[in-house]
Amino acid sequence: MSDHNYTPKSKFGKWFNDRLPLLSLANHLTDYPTPKNLNYWWTFGGILTFCLITQIVTGLTLAMHYIAHADMAFDSVEHIMRDVNYGWLIRYIHSNGASMFFLAVYIHIFRSLFYGSYKAPREIIWILGIIIYLLMMAAAFMGYVLPWGQMSFWGATVITNLFSAIPLVGEGIVTWLWGGYSVDNPTLTRFFTLHYLIPFLILGLVVLHIWALHVPGNNNPVGIDIKKPSKDTVPFHPYIVIKDTFALLMFMIIFAFFVFYSPNVLGHADNYIEANPMVTPAHIVPEWYLLPFYAILRSVPDKLLGVIAMLSAILILAALPWLDTSKIRSAVFRPLYRQFYWILVLDVLVLGYVGAMPAEGLYLLIARVATAYYFAHFLIILPLLGFKEKTLPLPFSISDPVLGGSANLSMAKSDKKEG
Amino acid sequence: MRTFKILLITFIFFTVPLKINSAEKVELLKTDWSFKGPLGKFDRSSLQRGYQVYTEVCAACHSMKYLSYRNLMEKGGPEFSEAQAKSIAASFEVTDGPNADGEMFSRPARLSDKFPMPYPNEKAAQAANGGAYPPDMSVLAKARKGGVDYLYSVLLGYTEPPAGVTLDEGVYYNKFMYGNKIKMPKVLEDDLIEYGDGTLATEEQMAKDVVTFLMWSAEPHLEARHKMGFRAIIYLIILTILVYFSMKKIWSRVESEV
Repeated sequence: MSDHNYTPKSKFGKWFNDRLPLLSLANHLTDYPTPKNLNYWWTFGGILTFCLITQIVTGLTLAMHYIAHADMAFDSVEHIMRDVNYGWLIRYIHSNGASMFFLAVYIHIFRSLFYGSYKAPREIIWILGIIIYLLMMAAAFMGYVLPWGQMSFWGATVITNLFSAIPLVGEGIVTWLWGGYSVDNPTLTRFFTLHYLIPFLILGLVVLHIWALHVPGNNNPVGIDIKKPSKDTVPFHPYIVIKDTFALLMFMIIFAFFVFYSPNVLGHADNYIEANPMVTPAHIVPEWYLLPFYAILRSVPDKLLGVIAMLSAILILAALPWLDTSKIRSAVFRPLYRQFYWILVLDVLVLGYVGAMPAEGLYLLIARVATAYYFAHFLIILPLLGFKEKTLPLPFSISDPVLGGSANLSMAKSDKKEG
Repeated sequence: MRTFKILLITFIFFTVPLKINSAEKVELLKTDWSFKGPLGKFDRSSLQRGYQVYTEVCAACHSMKYLSYRNLMEKGGPEFSEAQAKSIAASFEVTDGPNADGEMFSRPARLSDKFPMPYPNEKAAQAANGGAYPPDMSVLAKARKGGVDYLYSVLLGYTEPPAGVTLDEGVYYNKFMYGNKIKMPKVLEDDLIEYGDGTLATEEQMAKDVVTFLMWSAEPHLEARHKMGFRAIIYLIILTILVYFSMKKIWSRVESEV
């Protein structure tokens, strides 16, 4: 990497950099060689960093006005919405920000799946990403509990009750999690504490995630390694910075639309009713981004097995680098995988849809088929595909298909012979 | 691959309306709400009339615990003048104290006081209403699926029960209420109240006014939000265009497409 040769120009800069190489780091980040054929699906890393920082900044501001007490939480949120200067803006950015964060992370994950970004030598980046995703779900779930509305309370009750499925110690664990015999004030205060803590854990893991990325460098749409850095890459600044900024601004327009014009459309009306342990809502549904897993949970008739299925659905992703036996990274050169990829996307959307519906009749049947397919994709299709699939020849280098005057990936296939 | 993309899109197009249809079997009544849309604002006189309906009709049973009298004169709300808001407040008695003798005492309400509660506690409210608790109305417009359209429909949805439906004492039939049974009697009747501004107090007019008022009480900063959102999005679009051209210029140095 180029930063090894970097020496600051000023005398003070050199003195400082010898003791703490911050300037070398800055130099590395600006000069970081990036494949020049990255498409817009690669801008979501930057967008996610923006989401995380937005959530932390708005979250800190909300925490100054929020009161984590079962009798006052709902009132304090209304106080934020009514009497805190721009409190409505901060809260709506934070609550819709969670949804935007998940929207971006799902695109980011599915980009990885399409272009095989999880494969060697990027397994650690991928696994760190899965841990971040898990922590995001935990943070989002606990954050949803804090306003102490009906969905907060009953969502917390349903999810924490899942632990009671553990044999022998289940009930004890649930009591321990609640800090009592039902979801109540002790549950709220510990959820608030953890909700405050987790984003900083995520921040630390994001640093590792980016560090691990900067060792092998970015994958790219063609999925082949960089041959000649001078021809195949561009420096991160200004090329990627400006492109990420453009994509981020487009993302912010969508974000702003939700915050200003449909701030409650992604939430549930019942959460504007204060938590009442005596009244159970007709349908207890989680936020949209957890629905596919909720569908998997409910598709299994046994409680313990359902919980295991739900957790496995996430953890199976961590094993993906070894379940996918194909040496070819990008789906562009894997005609069969490409089809299964889109079936998987459809399958996850179907799961999300049935997750929002009552678990009965046709919905339950669809949920079961979709759950079975989800696991089959990772446990049967992917391992076999690596051996059976006839992949397309790869281009010689990143710049070869690009030099033809078009980054169109179908061009890459016709350029194969030159290699 | 193309087939699956088509499948995907068809799936989305078919399921989204399906979801809405299955959830709301009854088509809610619609009316023109002035506050909908990117530049939507409250109809000021409708808000003032809505407050009148609330205070003369609803407030007998429903609390509005997050509202203070000062809110009535704030920008983006009914915008009563300060003198009007003060005199509205002064027409209510609130309990204050304890005073120097340790006694609670009554005094006329001030701008800083919250709207008084109709019942001393939830149990008292239930006892007076056949076991049902009249919900607090501060955020009611956001707390029901269907929002303002739902509230408007329920207010106008009282009918005779269809044949075969028997109702207990103190239970009423409503076309739009979940489960069709409601413990709140039909309250709105033509000319139930006399509007200060001379508007004809029809059932629909009162329902529309009070629901507008409820939307404001649930979202007191709605107008500021719409205004800021419009500016923010225009700003973002202009900035995006500028950044797009900068990006094109910078990337023109590389033989590649952005």
